Amino acid sequence: MDAVLIDQSQGNFTYPEDYALDAGRGLGPKTVDYISEVKGEDSWIREFRHRALDIFESKPMPTHWASDDLNAIKFQDIRYYLSKGKGGPSRSWDDVPDDVKRTFERLGIPERERGFLAGVEAQFDSEAAYSNIKEEFDKLGVIFVNSSEGLSKHPEIFRKWFGKVIPTGDNKFSALNSAVFSGGSFIYVPPGVKVKHPLQAYFRINAEQFGQFERTLIIVDEGAEVMYMEGCTAPKFETATLHSAVVELVAMPHAKIQYITVQNWSSNVFNLVTKRGLAHEGAEIRWIDCNIGSRLTMKYPGVIMKGRKARGEVISIALANTGQHQDTGAKMIHAADETTSNIVSKSISIGEGRSTYRGQVHIPRHLKGCKNNTECDALLINSQSRTDTYPAITVRGNRHATQHEASVSQVSEDQIFYMRQRGLTEAAAMSLSVNGFVNDLVREFPMEYSVELKRLIDLEMEDSVG
Amino acid sequence: MDCLEIKELTVAIHGQRILDGLSLVVPKGEVHAIMGPNGSGKSTLAKVMAGHEDYEVISGQILMDGQDLLSMSVDERSRSGFFLAFQYPYEIPGVTNANFLREAVRARLGTGEDIDAVAFYKRLYGLMDELGIDRKFTGRSVNEGFSGGEKKRNEILQMAVLEPVYAVLDETDSGLDIDALRVVAEGVNRMRSPHRGFLLITHYQRLLNYIEPDYIHVLAGGKIVKTGGKELALELEETGYDWIKEDAALAPA
Repeated sequence: MDAVLIDQSQGNFTYPEDYALDAGRGLGPKTVDYISEVKGEDSWIREFRHRALDIFESKPMPTHWASDDLNAIKFQDIRYYLSKGKGGPSRSWDDVPDDVKRTFERLGIPERERGFLAGVEAQFDSEAAYSNIKEEFDKLGVIFVNSSEGLSKHPEIFRKWFGKVIPTGDNKFSALNSAVFSGGSFIYVPPGVKVKHPLQAYFRINAEQFGQFERTLIIVDEGAEVMYMEGCTAPKFETATLHSAVVELVAMPHAKIQYITVQNWSSNVFNLVTKRGLAHEGAEIRWIDCNIGSRLTMKYPGVIMKGRKARGEVISIALANTGQHQDTGAKMIHAADETTSNIVSKSISIGEGRSTYRGQVHIPRHLKGCKNNTECDALLINSQSRTDTYPAITVRGNRHATQHEASVSQVSEDQIFYMRQRGLTEAAAMSLSVNGFVNDLVREFPMEYSVELKRLIDLEMEDSVG
Repeated sequence: MDCLEIKELTVAIHGQRILDGLSLVVPKGEVHAIMGPNGSGKSTLAKVMAGHEDYEVISGQILMDGQDLLSMSVDERSRSGFFLAFQYPYEIPGVTNANFLREAVRARLGTGEDIDAVAFYKRLYGLMDELGIDRKFTGRSVNEGFSGGEKKRNEILQMAVLEPVYAVLDETDSGLDIDALRVVAEGVNRMRSPHRGFLLITHYQRLLNYIEPDYIHVLAGGKIVKTGGKELALELEETGYDWIKEDAALAPA
């Protein structure tokens, strides 16, 4: 099968920076004006950005419940907008600037597009360099463009939902994103249209001390279906890089959305992302979230089940190696009768890597027939690793069913010794244990991604034994 | 050259000497047994041969067909043909028997080679049938929830699949009822060959009724104190180990 190369070592390259558009370092009202100006935005969106900046500045860093490591982010040193400035994204790879094209070719994106994808968007720093959807889906009225284009060309749909699932003030980083967002996808699937192949977005950070703030909005109309996958890489710089996205999903009645992430940022990236979906009656939203890279990830995908019989699911795999903290989880807000949510989280901590699960399940008293299932399993490989689980399940009333299971298991030196005695290298022994641990979840991924995931785990294990 | 040779091996753990200048030669084609009282260093010997890091080799050598075993990593030793059947096999949750064995076989292939899955399963099922292991065990996690006897049989299965040149069986008879013991012994006997050497570590003579050794060595005080034919086992069974300990204590240092 075609190699899909998005491991960190493969992503660890960079081309010389030459940006026509650069907002400079630091954050202030001028930064916001610069971005809004460059994009030629309407005044309402510029005001939206300014309000967001105020909220960002008024909110404290969430170090009191999360990690002190957040203090290492120097907001005044970061560059908030970098773009080659050649108008909108190209529809053909031939029109993409050479160095950007080479970047995505090295990451295997055009090859994959020819293979199994319905459409691709490739973002390079602040803007999409390439965006295309296959004709058959275009004809059915499926919209797949970058967020700026969504905003300018489809304001009637965009404005209706933008910032509605995740309000600006949801948290400090959703406010930051709302102030300086650029790039990300806008997707609309018309009623009844089932997009059989996945749509893929790829986010690439190329510049040092840069912040990427993409904004994605996906609206799937009644009875329609879509699968969206995102991947990401960055070169390994000495300095901290920031990635702070906001992703909003809207599933209209009986729609289905599957959102798959394979996060493989280099270990200098702070990955602070807010993701949430709104599921109407009989709709289903599934987050399949896999975090392998980054220095610190804080991400808790959520589903608000607003309509009767809506379903929400979060399936998550987190792998924390030495120098990494994966602080991940899920939020399930039940807001209608007979809604069902399912959370399955598996984390692996290796060496001094740290993983944390935070879950929030909310079922209010006035509803009936709601169900939640939460499973959190942690695997520790060697004794210095740390794992924490904070499952907050609030169920009021007596007409609901909830179930919670948690486990911690350990791969001991003795187990590794046993496997090595049968001829497996230390890395292979660890990979086998880890793959065994996540195997049932990996099956939920499309084939192309599960193969890639297994390979990424193998590579991580090789790195961890040096 | 064609032998597993231990030369003047001295080993300590946490500063305490367990093996003290132990020497032993197991030529290919032969079955040797080491017997000895509890705490005499039998299991230490097995683990040191496999490369367990808890033990400190103070002096001596282990040569496998002339190769310096002690300079090799745990997994290199295995891939070069050394096998240890564990006294207490570990459980590996989430990793199925079939996957484990497949990876172990794959680890022995050159780059670019891969397993013929059909042939692999055919052979695996054949060996499982011989050892009386239910074929469903391929899908179960390695040793997880296995009975003592099932774990020991699984060790023999792994050995049969990997076809080592030298195999050390550490107390493989312990915890087995007589039927299981017979099955395990038959598994070992089927693998006896002029191209393979065995070292059985056991406390009791019982196993040696089923796997007949060429030589028996008695380990006490960290070294071999007596070597003889299979009749030595019966002698030990009758007289116990006390006389050995006395002899060892009297022997010149």
